[in-house]
Amino acid sequence: MRFGARLALAVITLAVTATACGTPQDSGSRAHTTADCAPYARYGEHPGTKVTVYAENRDREADLFEETWADFADCTGIDVQYEGDGEFEAQIQVRVDGGNAPDVAFFPQPGLLERFARAGKLKPASAGVAALAKQGWSADWNGYATVDGTLYGTPLVANVKSFVWYSPKFFRDRGLSVPRTWTELMALTEKVAASGVKPWCAGIESAEATGWPVTDWIEDVLLRQQGTHVYDQWVAHEIPFDDPRVIKAMDTVGSILKNDRYANGGFGPARSMASISFQEAGAPVLSGDCAMHRQASFYAGMWPKGTEIGPDKDVYAFLLPGDDPAGRPVLGGGVFTAAFADRPEVRAFQEYLASADFANARMRKGPFVSANRGVDPANAATPVDRLSIQLLQDPRTQFRFDGSDLMPASVGAGTFWKGAVDWIGGASTRQVADSVERSWPSR
Amino acid sequence: MSFDAVSQQPKLLYLLQGVAAFAAVVALILLALHRGPVRRRAAALILLAPALLLLAVGLVLPGLRTLALSFTDGGGGTWAGFDNYVWMFTDHRALVALRNTLAWVVLVPLTSTAVGLLYAAAVARSRFRTVALSLVLTPMAISFVGAGVVWKFVYAYRPAEAGQIGLLNQLVVACGGEPRQWLVDSPWNVLFLIAAMVWTQAGFAAVLLTGAIRAVPTELTEAALLDGASPRQILRRITLPSIRPTLLVVLLAQAIGTFKAFDIVKTMTGGQFDTGVLAHEMYDQAFRYGETGRGAALAVLLFLLVTPFAAHQVRAQRRTG
Repeated sequence: MRFGARLALAVITLAVTATACGTPQDSGSRAHTTADCAPYARYGEHPGTKVTVYAENRDREADLFEETWADFADCTGIDVQYEGDGEFEAQIQVRVDGGNAPDVAFFPQPGLLERFARAGKLKPASAGVAALAKQGWSADWNGYATVDGTLYGTPLVANVKSFVWYSPKFFRDRGLSVPRTWTELMALTEKVAASGVKPWCAGIESAEATGWPVTDWIEDVLLRQQGTHVYDQWVAHEIPFDDPRVIKAMDTVGSILKNDRYANGGFGPARSMASISFQEAGAPVLSGDCAMHRQASFYAGMWPKGTEIGPDKDVYAFLLPGDDPAGRPVLGGGVFTAAFADRPEVRAFQEYLASADFANARMRKGPFVSANRGVDPANAATPVDRLSIQLLQDPRTQFRFDGSDLMPASVGAGTFWKGAVDWIGGASTRQVADSVERSWPSR
Repeated sequence: MSFDAVSQQPKLLYLLQGVAAFAAVVALILLALHRGPVRRRAAALILLAPALLLLAVGLVLPGLRTLALSFTDGGGGTWAGFDNYVWMFTDHRALVALRNTLAWVVLVPLTSTAVGLLYAAAVARSRFRTVALSLVLTPMAISFVGAGVVWKFVYAYRPAEAGQIGLLNQLVVACGGEPRQWLVDSPWNVLFLIAAMVWTQAGFAAVLLTGAIRAVPTELTEAALLDGASPRQILRRITLPSIRPTLLVVLLAQAIGTFKAFDIVKTMTGGQFDTGVLAHEMYDQAFRYGETGRGAALAVLLFLLVTPFAAHQVRAQRRTG
């Protein structure tokens, strides 16, 4: 009898589970009037078609994307199936090799996009997408999605990395003002240090990506000291990784990050930053244990809950200055869309993603920055997003992409990060730069 | 993602063709080798085919492909000869991974078996045996990823003046010491990762060895006691020799498992601070850096290293069985 009861229970459990799994997921089709659909008329009607999208954004970021293109999907009849995967960078290769490539992928690194373009897996952008790309983005930005003269996709997201986060209250209380040149920045640093507070805080722990915040620092300073030309040569390996000018930039960064008087505010000696995750590293800015934290625009989402961002709020950011107060060297990153298929519905979706309409609609939903010329800074969700968009649209801005994302992955996501960790741990600049140079793939 | 049978049709067709071709080959081999009556031949074929098929599709074919890939360069396109194998033994990072793997394979089985053995000897004849064994077995119920996260917290670093969130540094501070970055300072950090692995594995050893110790005839130990042997002498001269086969199986199983250690390294340090091991380095090279050839070469090396252990274990089991 007991066995019978157990068997029945097992069968019921199985049946319930199976039914639950089999329940079709309604992807939210809502009633739409023709007026709602007017803006989407240009993308045509593709009833019964499906576009799969694969990217690394999950949870809320994924929801915001899906909410943004929901109207597009309803009006065109395209079923947009989004899949977010935290292991995107490793898994996209597996998916493509296994014959399961998505229709559209969001590449967080131009180098990764280039790898698939060179392997002949990506479809070149259609004429429609290319026209939108030309209209929406500068040649620099489109260049990151161009391989051997062929455009493969369009920029989707933009990040500004050259921000220094600070507490306006801390600055006001001590009579400090936002520095406009590198010299002023160093004077400010020394002034704060003299008052007994470590001026900088930093954290570079980020699982296997540990070290990247340091590489951003080095790139930012090289861009400021030597200008865009040398920076481009360095990234493309036309000058060696351990060029004397790069050594100089690293030593400049080292004078801050490897200096126990200047770092690591709130966490102890400078080398403690290897144990501190980059997400939590800025918290001492709020408690007054450090004055400045150099981190990208996306750090806005990493402040503790309830932190207000703005010029007169809890925290705000200024652009890391260079030698010339009028210059606007901006280091940044971005995400690019590219397609593994060229069916009409895939093209329509790509065109929609490439439009300023998409960027503006996405910005109205929550924090998001696009380098598209057509975005309206007024739509920005946070003051730092607005500042980022203004910087990206400023004609004086000299934007350069995060170099480690453009280098071969075994350097940019491997030996450079690892070298940065060793360097913070005490290795000499020369030693680290040489070892990265030696690791550069010869082909 | 939903599985759409219609759109996957060409792939299913390939699969079907592959299966049919394979079945034909197996049938031929069996026909050639087996000289029994037809009825028995058919039975052998039917019984063997599923296992052979799964082995071929899931193990032999991918294995051969990996071997072929290990002689190609980055994208898996062009022939590179033995470049990847030369790289493996000259590149600093790969050598560190080799060194660490060696440390893991020597230390994890020995330490966890030793801990497990002492524990087993202590609880084997005790009244609280079941409770004690479930306690030490609990870490095994946690996934390696879970264990990695738990131990990452144990080793967490905070400055001396701030409140500690890591158990180990809290102990150090309570004893008047300075907090240390346990996972950062090489090469000792490797030992701290190994400690996490031992924590998950000791229970396995303890449970198997308790069983073996209880199977040792009580007449032997009682006779030894009457002869005036001390507990230590009983353990060394009677228990250990009697449970030798089990001890060997436990050691070998753990050595094989340790070669493939990946999760703990990935969750605790991501292979940073010179803590990489072969399996993790293989993943990084093949999937993060797109150096498929190097990744495949490391996989081949790993396979070669594990093979003697696996072979020996099969032999040992055959003897005991």
